[in-house]
Amino acid sequence: MIYFDNASTTKMSEQVMEYMCEFMKKGFANPSSLHSLGFDVEKEITKARKIIASVIKAEAEEIYFTSGGTEANNTAILGVAGAYCRRGKRVITMSIEHPSVRDSFRELEKRGFEVITLGVDEKGYIDINELESAVNDDTILVSIMYVNNETGTIQDIEKIYGAIKSKNPDCVFHTDCVQAFCKHPINSKFADIITVSGHKIQSAKGVGAMYIKKGIRVNNLHFGGGQEKGFRPGTENTYGIAAMGKAVEIAAADMEKSFEKVSRIKNTLMKITDKLDNVYVNGDSEKGSPYILNLSFKDVKGEVLLHALENEEIYVATGSACSSRAKEKKKTVDYIIDGRGANAVRFSFSSENTVKEAERTVESLMKNVPMLRRFIPR
Amino acid sequence: MKNVLLVKYGEIAMRGKNRYLVENRLIRTIIKRLDGYTGYRVYKEQGRILVVNEEGDFDYDTVIPIVVNILGVVAVCPGIEFEDQSIESLRRHALMHFKEHFPNGGVTFKVITRRSDKRYPMTGNEISADVGGYILHNTDGLKVDVHDPEVQLMVELRNNAYIYSKLIKGHGGLPYGSSGKATVLLSGGIDSPVAAFLTAKRGVEIEAVYFDSPPYTSERAKQKVMDLAERLSVFTGSIKLYIVPFTKTQLCIYEHTPPEKMTIFLKRAMLKAGEKIALKNKSHALVTGDSIGQVASQTMEAIYAIDSAAEIPVLRPLCAMDKQDIVDIAVDIGTFDISVRPYEDCCTVFVAKHPETKPKKSIIESMERKIEGLEELIDEAVENSEIVEF
Repeated sequence: MIYFDNASTTKMSEQVMEYMCEFMKKGFANPSSLHSLGFDVEKEITKARKIIASVIKAEAEEIYFTSGGTEANNTAILGVAGAYCRRGKRVITMSIEHPSVRDSFRELEKRGFEVITLGVDEKGYIDINELESAVNDDTILVSIMYVNNETGTIQDIEKIYGAIKSKNPDCVFHTDCVQAFCKHPINSKFADIITVSGHKIQSAKGVGAMYIKKGIRVNNLHFGGGQEKGFRPGTENTYGIAAMGKAVEIAAADMEKSFEKVSRIKNTLMKITDKLDNVYVNGDSEKGSPYILNLSFKDVKGEVLLHALENEEIYVATGSACSSRAKEKKKTVDYIIDGRGANAVRFSFSSENTVKEAERTVESLMKNVPMLRRFIPR
Repeated sequence: MKNVLLVKYGEIAMRGKNRYLVENRLIRTIIKRLDGYTGYRVYKEQGRILVVNEEGDFDYDTVIPIVVNILGVVAVCPGIEFEDQSIESLRRHALMHFKEHFPNGGVTFKVITRRSDKRYPMTGNEISADVGGYILHNTDGLKVDVHDPEVQLMVELRNNAYIYSKLIKGHGGLPYGSSGKATVLLSGGIDSPVAAFLTAKRGVEIEAVYFDSPPYTSERAKQKVMDLAERLSVFTGSIKLYIVPFTKTQLCIYEHTPPEKMTIFLKRAMLKAGEKIALKNKSHALVTGDSIGQVASQTMEAIYAIDSAAEIPVLRPLCAMDKQDIVDIAVDIGTFDISVRPYEDCCTVFVAKHPETKPKKSIIESMERKIEGLEELIDEAVENSEIVEF
């Protein structure tokens, strides 16, 4: 089996799985309980919080756990809008965000906010000058993702942060780092809110985290028993948090090594563009994230190729898994170059993949694509 | 006294000498569907089918939805059965039943009596008046309304006495399996499950055929059809689904036919494959979800050009129905929500942008004869069918 769908989710690593199982045996208590069993679990959560904070150069007090990336993004956008709506009603995003961001802005639009959606160029980059001129005194929030989940395009977060703050120092900058976390260096200096997820880095599903810079106000969307300083009440997903702490520790330590490895895998797979005609890279073929390769095969419907590859136990994606179920005609890739979305297939890697797997996938594509091209819609 | 469920059935009564066969068929289906719920007995009594629980309480909440969905059932009525048919006993039981089902009163009602034993000392109307008066006297806030009552309390005197007041409507039709067997071409769409349901409702045992075209169609599309078949089994008791691997046949047609005619050839191939499966299984017709004029392959000309592919009759129960009416039935029988799941059942590769609406049968037939190996591919596909039973 070749699993090239790691941007959707990853298989838990043996190490993390073992750690989590061990923790489940002894750490079953409620961290809010006053007895020592509860306190032990609380300490485990604090440990995970510190690990996550250190990876993005933040303080542990600035990290809040959520149920995942979607909730973190929803909370960041709706929460900032709620906290600062009296100061202004203008918010800014871009056209190729994850649905959890895009739909949060749609919700803000319904609530009467002025939503500016920046377009992107043919490689998926926003124009920072355009962003700078869009930020005014009424602008309370800008949300631009770091690494794009479909194409791997990396936005220049540092410059974006600088541009926003030079125009309006009070404007909050949120960046969705779900695909970047533990894969690309992230520095909390250049963002007010950072959102990440555990299951994209070989940990368990059901846990995400938010970094919220000290002094930034975010209204909570949940109410209850005071957990996470009242910001995200509800009994913590203790097992998932413990696993995420471990997974982050491992992934952060191996970050450079993994980066190099997946770069080789991506470059191997990219050779298909020389071997077959009419194969296009969606995104930036040179400076994009090595973890994601998005290709359009002309005249081959993405989903059909996906099923053909699946037949040979090669698992890939079309669109992001989150949006492929929504019956939207226009896919993220179409916002970069219109018309390419239907033929797009996303290969996404993890450090557990090998160059050999990429070679086998190239062979499989060489066989399947010409065959499928014999039968094109007419 | 015990709780019973009266099962009313319709057109069976018209069936002359075959009547008992058809009734027995319905009883067998009910028994089969109640298999796994202990204590229930199903039997016939003077033109009624009755369900009782001989071992414990009658669980109406479980049993009614099962029985009411069985095809051929016009309605079911939860009620009571008792032996003593004296007027005192009728009064007492009627009041008890009434208080149990309408504890808050506040309704208008009337009593209707049927008696098969004409030697009974009172006429039906006399019994109704007596029992109605007794209930009125012993309950607060009731009113009699003989023209348009909210509640009709039924008193039936047969070998035993029966009292019931609620009537839950079924789908009607004929008992499943009492009118032979047909094979339905089931896609993942809205129409074909409705066609299957309507055919089964006329007492026809149905088997289903689905054409699977990986990688052009997905596992989820196949699962969708399996879920539709499973849903249909709620009405039929069970159903067999043939999954025919059709990719090779479709690709062969793609390569040998002009795009605007491709759908016609494809549908002909499906009828041919369906016919082969039907004849193997003693099924005497094919059923499709075609509705006239809905798409290009459903014009009269197209139906004419497609129909000659099979020799056995092709039934199209939806042919004269509007889309909305079909949707209404699909919603009613619970297939709609499954049908609208967003997985494509037939990849767009095989649907031309501008399909021909007036194909000529003679031209189609002569072109088809020239497609080498098509018959063999269809045979092979049928041979390799996977069978799933629900």
